[in-house]
Amino acid sequence: MALLEVKSVCKSYGQLKALDKVNLNIEGQQFHGLIGPNGSGKSTLLKCIAGAEYPEEGILEFEGKDIKKTSPADRARNGMSLKFQITSVFNQLSVYDNILLSLQATQPLLRLAGSQSRERLDSKVMETLTEFRIEARADDLAGVLSHGEQQWLEIAMALAPGPRLLLLDEPTAGMSPEERRLTGELLRPIKERCSMLIVEHDLEFIKDLSDVITVLDQGQVLDSGTPKQIENSERVKEVYLTRV
Amino acid sequence: MTILNRVAAARPGTSGRHSRLLTIEILVLVLFALMPLVLVLIWGEDDSFFWVVFTTKVMLLSFLALSFDLAWGYAGLMSFGQALFFGGSGYVVAVMSRDLGISSVFIIVPMGTLVGLILAALLGAFLLSGSKTPSIIFIAFGTLTGSYAAERLARAWYYLGGQNGVSVSKAMTIGDMPLYEGFGFYYLALGFLLIVYIGCRFLVRSQFGLVLAGIREREERIAFLGYRVQLTRALVFALSGAIAGLGGGLYAFHEGFVWPALMGPLTSTQAILYGLFGGVSTLIGPIIGVSGIEFATIILIDYLRDYWIIILGFLLLLVIMFRPTGLVGLLVSERERIGTFGRPGVDRKSDTRGD
Repeated sequence: MALLEVKSVCKSYGQLKALDKVNLNIEGQQFHGLIGPNGSGKSTLLKCIAGAEYPEEGILEFEGKDIKKTSPADRARNGMSLKFQITSVFNQLSVYDNILLSLQATQPLLRLAGSQSRERLDSKVMETLTEFRIEARADDLAGVLSHGEQQWLEIAMALAPGPRLLLLDEPTAGMSPEERRLTGELLRPIKERCSMLIVEHDLEFIKDLSDVITVLDQGQVLDSGTPKQIENSERVKEVYLTRV
Repeated sequence: MTILNRVAAARPGTSGRHSRLLTIEILVLVLFALMPLVLVLIWGEDDSFFWVVFTTKVMLLSFLALSFDLAWGYAGLMSFGQALFFGGSGYVVAVMSRDLGISSVFIIVPMGTLVGLILAALLGAFLLSGSKTPSIIFIAFGTLTGSYAAERLARAWYYLGGQNGVSVSKAMTIGDMPLYEGFGFYYLALGFLLIVYIGCRFLVRSQFGLVLAGIREREERIAFLGYRVQLTRALVFALSGAIAGLGGGLYAFHEGFVWPALMGPLTSTQAILYGLFGGVSTLIGPIIGVSGIEFATIILIDYLRDYWIIILGFLLLLVIMFRPTGLVGLLVSERERIGTFGRPGVDRKSDTRGD
């Protein structure tokens, strides 16, 4: 059984068919890259999987359970984490509190009112910050971090609760080449812990990281396969590489 | 320098401003505790009686202001209906006193709290249970409608005394001891206010408070972390109703009667003004707002009978327009107002713990 199964998913905005019978499977511990030209439906597909949008047709199953109509909160509670395309960390909170907020999300509200897990989660918060090399900024406001650091913080927030599927929407958007390289380094070890679906523009970045790449074009799957197969695919070369 | 940089520069532990909010809180609450004693020492018991009674009223209205701060300042619900819970519970305990002869503080206070809680839970469930995130306008009009409908109902219902309201002729009792307005009632109100205040402060600085801070900043984002945003807000709204209800129950006995406008939009707007004037999202701000507005009113009305309302209105406008964080915002940094929620008292940069 695949971890995530997307079958014949359709999503329209008025007359525009953003997704047209899209199929995609993600297995356990698999890094799955999703690429395509602008407007190909990558972000829409990611939003449908995370619950930010609801598809009109098709099947969406996570660990064999139908999630097509469940809320984003329920999907997150069931082990799915999303990193948004536009950084959306909590600017007015400290870096530490951003991670704490993410880590404590599944706990009952009454427990949170008693701050019962604050001490226990402290080491986990610091571990996560250390892993993403931002532990020295723990007490700074998230809003004063550099763009790259904010992106790492957001990935750290998505990863901290231990999801089984991590959804990353353009994790290197706006980063310098050095920051991209570092991001790749940070993401590689995550494979031991969870599966990942990464939406990216940068084919070079994604092919080093992914086990499988799916290429979307005009809301449809153009091709899917290993990075090598995608690199050699004539259809992909024609549609994707010439347009991006 | 951006606003965020300025806020960062004023972070706790680097500027010495970190204790300002706490200092203000302690100062205000100690002032309330000592005021009657000081007045008696200066003016004697009889001459200070008026101010003791008046300040009791201020403290009881502080429950209303605190409830608005929880709803708007912490849960992001612009409530124009807090008076519904305040006045609604006042009506219930007044009718209980009139028809059943109940006046024990041990029944009145829990009943007032419960009525406020139930009314707010029902209204909150109605406004927040939709599949889409309700807008500020929807919440504002929804709560306003509740408050307005309650006032109209009270005005038209003979059982509730119509336009005249309901008198509370019995004094509140603790055991066999009657508690008339004055020093006894003052310290009873202060005791409850302290309990509620400390409870609220504990809540908004807890891990639950962190969730509220997250909701305030990025409501749509926080759902993707797994939080049930509307449920969280509904819980805070119900709690705000309970606090308003507690205050309303005491207020009915202190003032000796309840009237329709106590549940209506006018009183609801008063709660908003208290909050905005003193400074929302601080808890102490709205209490300062009540004190500032009520004391200014009673002083100005004596000296400037015809103009006081204009001057007061102008002052309020000035504060709200030029200092959206209210009077407390003049002294307390944004960072301190929002707070930090990690382990309290830990300077992480010098933390050598091995965990």
